[in-house]
Amino acid sequence: MAGSKLWSTQTSSDLGRNRSIWSALHLDPILLGLLLLLVGGGLFVLYSGADRNIDVVKAQGIRLGVAFVVMFVFAQLDPAVFRRWAPWLYGLGLIGLVAVLLVGVGAKGAQRWLALPGLPRFQPSEFMKLVVPMMAAWYLSRYYLPPTFPRVMTGLVIVLLPMFLIIQQPDLGTSLLVGMAGIFVVFFAGISWKLIAAFLAMVSVSAPLMWFFVMREYQKQRVLTLLDPQSDPLGAGWNIIQSKTAIGSGGMEGKGWLQGTQSHLEFLPESHTDFIVAVLAEEFGFIGMLLLLTVYFLIILRCLYISVTAQDSFSRLVAGALTMTFFIYIFVNIGMVSGLLPVVGVPLPLISYGGTSSVTLMAAFGVLMSIHTHRRMITA
Amino acid sequence: MVWGELKNTAAERRLFQRRAMVMLVFVLVLMTGLLARMYQLQIVEHEIYTTLSDKNRVQVQSVPPPRGLVYDRNNVLLAENRPVFSLTVVPERVGDMDATLERLSDILSIADEDLERFERRLREPRRPFQAIPLSYDLDEAEIARMAVHRHQFPGVEVEAELVRYYPHSELTAHALGFVGRINRDELQRIDPVNYAGTNYIGKSGIERFYEEALHGQVGYQHVETNARGRILRVLERVNPVPGEDLQLHLDLRLQRRAHELMEGRRGAIIAIEPKTGGILALASVPGFDANKFVTGISVNDYRELSQSIDKPLFNRALRGQYPPASTIKPMMAVAALDSGATDKDRRIWDPGYFQLREGGRRFRNWNRSGDGWVDLKYSMARSNDVYFYAVGVDMGVDVMSSYLARFGFGEDATLDVSGALTGLLPTADWKRAVRNEPWYPGDSVNMSIGQGFLLATPMQLATATALIANRGAWVEPRLLKDVHGDSPVEEFLPEQTHEQLELKDPDDWEYVVDTMEEVMHGARGTGRSAGRGASYRMAGKTGTAQVFSLGQDEEYDEEQIRERLRDHALFVGFAPADDPKIAVAVIVENGGSGSGAAAPVARALFDAWLEEFPAEQAEPVISDSRAAGGDN
Repeated sequence: MAGSKLWSTQTSSDLGRNRSIWSALHLDPILLGLLLLLVGGGLFVLYSGADRNIDVVKAQGIRLGVAFVVMFVFAQLDPAVFRRWAPWLYGLGLIGLVAVLLVGVGAKGAQRWLALPGLPRFQPSEFMKLVVPMMAAWYLSRYYLPPTFPRVMTGLVIVLLPMFLIIQQPDLGTSLLVGMAGIFVVFFAGISWKLIAAFLAMVSVSAPLMWFFVMREYQKQRVLTLLDPQSDPLGAGWNIIQSKTAIGSGGMEGKGWLQGTQSHLEFLPESHTDFIVAVLAEEFGFIGMLLLLTVYFLIILRCLYISVTAQDSFSRLVAGALTMTFFIYIFVNIGMVSGLLPVVGVPLPLISYGGTSSVTLMAAFGVLMSIHTHRRMITA
Repeated sequence: MVWGELKNTAAERRLFQRRAMVMLVFVLVLMTGLLARMYQLQIVEHEIYTTLSDKNRVQVQSVPPPRGLVYDRNNVLLAENRPVFSLTVVPERVGDMDATLERLSDILSIADEDLERFERRLREPRRPFQAIPLSYDLDEAEIARMAVHRHQFPGVEVEAELVRYYPHSELTAHALGFVGRINRDELQRIDPVNYAGTNYIGKSGIERFYEEALHGQVGYQHVETNARGRILRVLERVNPVPGEDLQLHLDLRLQRRAHELMEGRRGAIIAIEPKTGGILALASVPGFDANKFVTGISVNDYRELSQSIDKPLFNRALRGQYPPASTIKPMMAVAALDSGATDKDRRIWDPGYFQLREGGRRFRNWNRSGDGWVDLKYSMARSNDVYFYAVGVDMGVDVMSSYLARFGFGEDATLDVSGALTGLLPTADWKRAVRNEPWYPGDSVNMSIGQGFLLATPMQLATATALIANRGAWVEPRLLKDVHGDSPVEEFLPEQTHEQLELKDPDDWEYVVDTMEEVMHGARGTGRSAGRGASYRMAGKTGTAQVFSLGQDEEYDEEQIRERLRDHALFVGFAPADDPKIAVAVIVENGGSGSGAAAPVARALFDAWLEEFPAEQAEPVISDSRAAGGDN
């Protein structure tokens, strides 16, 4: 029902009456409304997840405000600007990633931040979440689609290079998201199914090799913990056991807002950051999760619609890839918190406490709005 | 699509649309997967995780019951519970333990022993976030200083605990016993559930005997804790059942008087109310402060008490086994009359000694010059030994022993007095088994005047004396008078096991009592100076026991040795003679003579009990405290 409404805006009415206001602002009201709904609800959950610490909510509100401003700014830029700048930004990003490895600062044994004098601290890897799909789209959309095999390989190199640098930090979560963003561009570009099957086969063959030669001990531990959390219930398995307990004890209707015992009694770790969805599940139950997933799905639906209605291949590829990246965020985070996937540092988009990912995500939505609102007035 | 062709915009759009549809399906499938996972966790396995969540946060804690109080017969509190504040440390919450301990010792005085014990427990395995006691019994100034500096000491808490306190401990330590921390052996014995929150257990006396009643039933509470184990709120509570409040027969006034009379001496006093068997006073002098033992006595204090020449820790009243000497004569008289070894008219010639056969060993009368012709009454009054030598030999060891056994010698005849010893009631079989020697007639001679192998505790002497006062009706000595609850006292007291001591001629009782009155009031009675001027008739018997073994420790100086080789002074008796209200046994160690040292003590007790102390109150206080107790 809601879906048909979203798709129905494909008709020219979108370009008619309402166009004057929203188009002038270069905003998509449907996407904006859904995002505000998500962010607003998210702040309520965050208040509970942060154990009624209003300061956390205020700080996050400010960050989200900044993120919406960033979205607005990005929405004003013509997609052509992104295309033109993509190679330069990509180059800049690579330099940044190398710089992080050399002079970066960070915590918990990972270097992720670049503290340039005179600039706010920033994370080149976050920046690459946007730039890598743009670069891949820039490269592939210069030629006809679907791309030839050598171009696919070049595209993959464009993706894998920053991925490799980010893994070195090490930051598996971001690397995964950056990689997925680029790979979705390649997929949307029309890479043949045979090739996809071949790649999947390769991945499944190389997985054991990864296990023995690439993955670090703590990463292996996370996978083992996923398979059997009880093996170390007070150590590595603690997070998973407690988050599953939080989710499961929520039941159908949940324990009520601010009533979650798992989070408020400090059993649930990271309850306002990566594991916040467990708070939501505990306090609002299955119904809450259904609502959350519905809002997420509607956002994805709208974004896919924007992608499909984009007017050139570059815009389509970028829009599609950013949409799918957003979905990967959701899937990896909820999959991890509910014990389906290993623990990877991926926040729940726009709800987890943290400024960087929110800004990046809203920038991506800004790009999508830009693509949607800068269409030429042509009738096919 | 043809190679070399320019970009086909429409085809690319259609290609993208197909791929977008594929992705939409992909998203739908995975999101359905997430939703299915949520359904599995939240609906299907909901119960499992609810249980896990509750187990996480809800913990069951035991709530120790307050220990029952102990009152004397006039409802004077003898044992109560006082909050004691101890300093505990949760090591997990202390950053730098050494620095914390050092700063703590700046504001509190922490004994080296406490510190050692703490550090030992720190190294032992224990549950995380479990508090370890560091210092016991903080005083108010220390509590105040801790309150001021509390913020500097995360993980250090002042905790209150109810601890036993004996307000008159120097007087009552031997009568009540005391509680102490549960030790390893006791841990094996007790019910771990009921004692889950209890740190103390009765170690001796009635604290030990009535441990079950005094302890009460443990309560428990469900508390909500956070991940660090800190209690946030109490969800559900089942209150503990407080221990029973006990009322004893003991009269603190008489107990105090007994101690005052024995001031500066060593010995024991037992006073029994013959009709009820109630122990009115149980004094072993010197006493000690049992409060020191409750939370753990310091090594120095313990050394001082245990090595004192006066042996304050030794319960003379229950565990002192003395030769009863002439105080056994009333019981011997009963035995001799009932067994037919003598009668009221039998007279015996006393030349000052007794010989088993012509030219044999001479067993001397204490009066070396001899009393001439003596009968039973005169022999009791003058404590003539020769008469009893003769009837003792006539009776033989087995007759004497069987009669003494019926008086409660050779056994612990008390109902609820913990730790009483049995003394030694010798028989021919006993001597053969233990000494591998036959029983000689000379042994009977010694036994007849309470010397030789025969040993008795003051408690046994008092019990036997009360039996005579009761004219053979057995009422076992007991401390418990009443229980301040709904339960009748009989539920707590053990069954009586002794049958009435019936004599062939019940008039013999009165005769023996007459002879004992003669001791106190007769013109030549050994206790006549103690009995002089009394407004009531009393019955008694003095005794003087030779000391062989005490005081041979090399540490004692000459003066002390000499003092400690003097005879023990003993006295048994009751008053008024025809309607006994109190029966006593008194022993004054190294007191010299029974008539000089022990009998006056007994007289003072008689006077106090019969004349000085007001009649008992008609139990108004009990019903008050009963009502109050019900609310607790």
